[in-house]
Amino acid sequence: MKRIFNNNRLFSFLIPVISVILGLLAGAIIMLITGYNPLLAYQSIIHSIFFEPYYSGETIRAMIPLVLSGLAVAFAFRTGLFNIGVEGQLLVGWFTAVAVGIGFGDLPKAVLLPLAIIAAALAGAIWGFVPGFLKARFKVHEVITTIMMNYIALHVTNYLIRTYLYTQGERTPSVPESASLSSKFLMDLTQGSRLHWGFIVALIAAVIMWFILWKTTKGYELRSVGFNPNASKYAGMNVNRNVILSMAISGAFAGVAGAMEGLGTYQYMTINSTFIGIGFDGIAVALLGLNTSIGVIFGAALFAGLKIGSISMQSIAGVPTDLVQIIIALIIFFVASSYLIRWLLVRLKKGGK
Amino acid sequence: MFKKKYAALVAVMLVVGMLLSACGSKDSGNSGNKDGKDDNFTVAMVTDTGGVDDKSFNQSAWEGLKAFGKKNDMKVGKDVKYLQSTSQADYAPNLNQLIHQNYDLVYGIGYLMESDVKKAAEQNPDAQLAIVDSVVTDDNKKPMKNVASITFKEQQGSFLVGVVAGMTTKSKKIGFIGGIKSELIKKFESGFKAGVKTVNPDAKIFVQYAGDFNAPDKGQAIAATMYGKGADIIYHSAGATGNGVFTEAKTRKKNGENVWVIGVDRDQYEQGLPEDVTLTSMVKRVDNAVTEVSKETQQGKFPGGKVLEFGLKDNGVGITTNKDHMEHVSADELKKVEEYKNKIINGEIKAPKTDKEYDAYLSSLK
Repeated sequence: MKRIFNNNRLFSFLIPVISVILGLLAGAIIMLITGYNPLLAYQSIIHSIFFEPYYSGETIRAMIPLVLSGLAVAFAFRTGLFNIGVEGQLLVGWFTAVAVGIGFGDLPKAVLLPLAIIAAALAGAIWGFVPGFLKARFKVHEVITTIMMNYIALHVTNYLIRTYLYTQGERTPSVPESASLSSKFLMDLTQGSRLHWGFIVALIAAVIMWFILWKTTKGYELRSVGFNPNASKYAGMNVNRNVILSMAISGAFAGVAGAMEGLGTYQYMTINSTFIGIGFDGIAVALLGLNTSIGVIFGAALFAGLKIGSISMQSIAGVPTDLVQIIIALIIFFVASSYLIRWLLVRLKKGGK
Repeated sequence: MFKKKYAALVAVMLVVGMLLSACGSKDSGNSGNKDGKDDNFTVAMVTDTGGVDDKSFNQSAWEGLKAFGKKNDMKVGKDVKYLQSTSQADYAPNLNQLIHQNYDLVYGIGYLMESDVKKAAEQNPDAQLAIVDSVVTDDNKKPMKNVASITFKEQQGSFLVGVVAGMTTKSKKIGFIGGIKSELIKKFESGFKAGVKTVNPDAKIFVQYAGDFNAPDKGQAIAATMYGKGADIIYHSAGATGNGVFTEAKTRKKNGENVWVIGVDRDQYEQGLPEDVTLTSMVKRVDNAVTEVSKETQQGKFPGGKVLEFGLKDNGVGITTNKDHMEHVSADELKKVEEYKNKIINGEIKAPKTDKEYDAYLSSLK
């Protein structure tokens, strides 16, 4: 019986959907208890992100880095690695993209823009390579090293900005037009939101991840290492090299996520006193998206919608933004306890028969 | 059987979706009506990531707005409102949210929002915006027409606490610790030094910048060095870095040393407890400034395109007024402070705000 459910694709699709519904329901109950109107709150989210172009644009804008950081987590997870370091890889990518954009500002756009994005990917890849190498060579657990690498990234980028690229407002100067992803056309289309061409980059990245994992021999190896490293080794695969490669590619996705913020959303980088959280959200997005490309896109859409919608929720229904964080956390909780939902569904089915 | 379950689930989801979207369209009609009438004045603000309870300028600004709202019988939460930002990504959508809701005046609190306020002002030329602690300029470096820039004459308040420090010091050595070297913090430094030198020309002043507003450990290390060199009073203008100065002073006081800290931005008396190391504080009245600008805008005199400077005269800056928190300053000294306050207000003394002005001021003393 259980095997049927495990193999049923529809079934695995149902679990995140049910988790989301349960999360929203639990959120509604909390709102009721604390004296807010959940119906008004949720409909203000839906109304703003579907019917007001500005918030639709902002939602897609917020999706871009979430998709990329979700892909980063998902990719590493496919090789059985838990990359908590997406946040740090994102920050170094962000800084590198901005630095390249400013430093090589004279280059034509056709050269500079791809260069800046690739440089960011490389920086992220290096940041992912280090834990990957430590894991492969010295068996240091990647969770610990990636968490530490986050702090190193945060403070190193802050130091570099302060020392080399500082300008008024605790930030770097803006990148030149030739390194910018922003678009007047998209902006006008969405009543002046910060939507930029990065969404194309995010979609391409999703296709790349799918292609690498499912259409290449290397991808087969990576997944096989994720399923069972011992069996893979026995089959003649180099597990260590695959671990390093997976972390580096994962870091590259994260680096590009940073580039999207640096070249698209903000056009600069601020000195961050704490983590910005997009990298950590990526973990949840990947979890919700079952580590698939298409799932990550949906997961990111949901998170971005909730985040941007929370602004209208705060403004129209008076619900504090903290509550949105709680709802997001509840959804993750239900996804993580998918076993429970699976069990409930099985019971439900049995009862039905 | 199996398929029926899914059909039922899909049906439920559809119904819920329809319900929600139905509510959506109904309410949008309502809010359309609300937007339509424009007779009563509304004002709102966007906090930076510090939040509305940051015990600093966000909180102070909101207190000012609330007081303004109460005085004018405005409904708090509707006619007077704040939106909190959980990350820097929220600044722009929050500002736009308020602009789209037709608030007559929208504040961005803090210089971190400068570029977002600028963009919002460009995209919504009819909106009336204001920013605290920064000047929003267009591409030609001119203040933007629809943004009121609220700044403070920190040098004047700093001058007064400098006078207190100059009169109180026994070792004739005084320290100043700044956050990040910038035009803004230079105002504190120059004014403070001028105040000290005015009443105590022989005093030696140590100046050091931590290079960080958020590093209490550095603040403590610098304070330790300064106290070690014999300073007995330190004025900090370094945000959270300054917390380290308090830590160091408290430790030394516990060990019997007679050292003091001068607080900044708000009355930091409590921060010095229980060892009681706060000599006095330079306060910045963001609430007064916000109330003032709201009042002018309500009367149809929105100060757009102006760079407003709130000083001693407008109660924008000053020295803490709570007498209990100044118990270590004698009545004579307080009288002196009052004297200098009047001199600054009537223009007899011009507190310097840059290194250059400070040098000029110093040579005028001799």
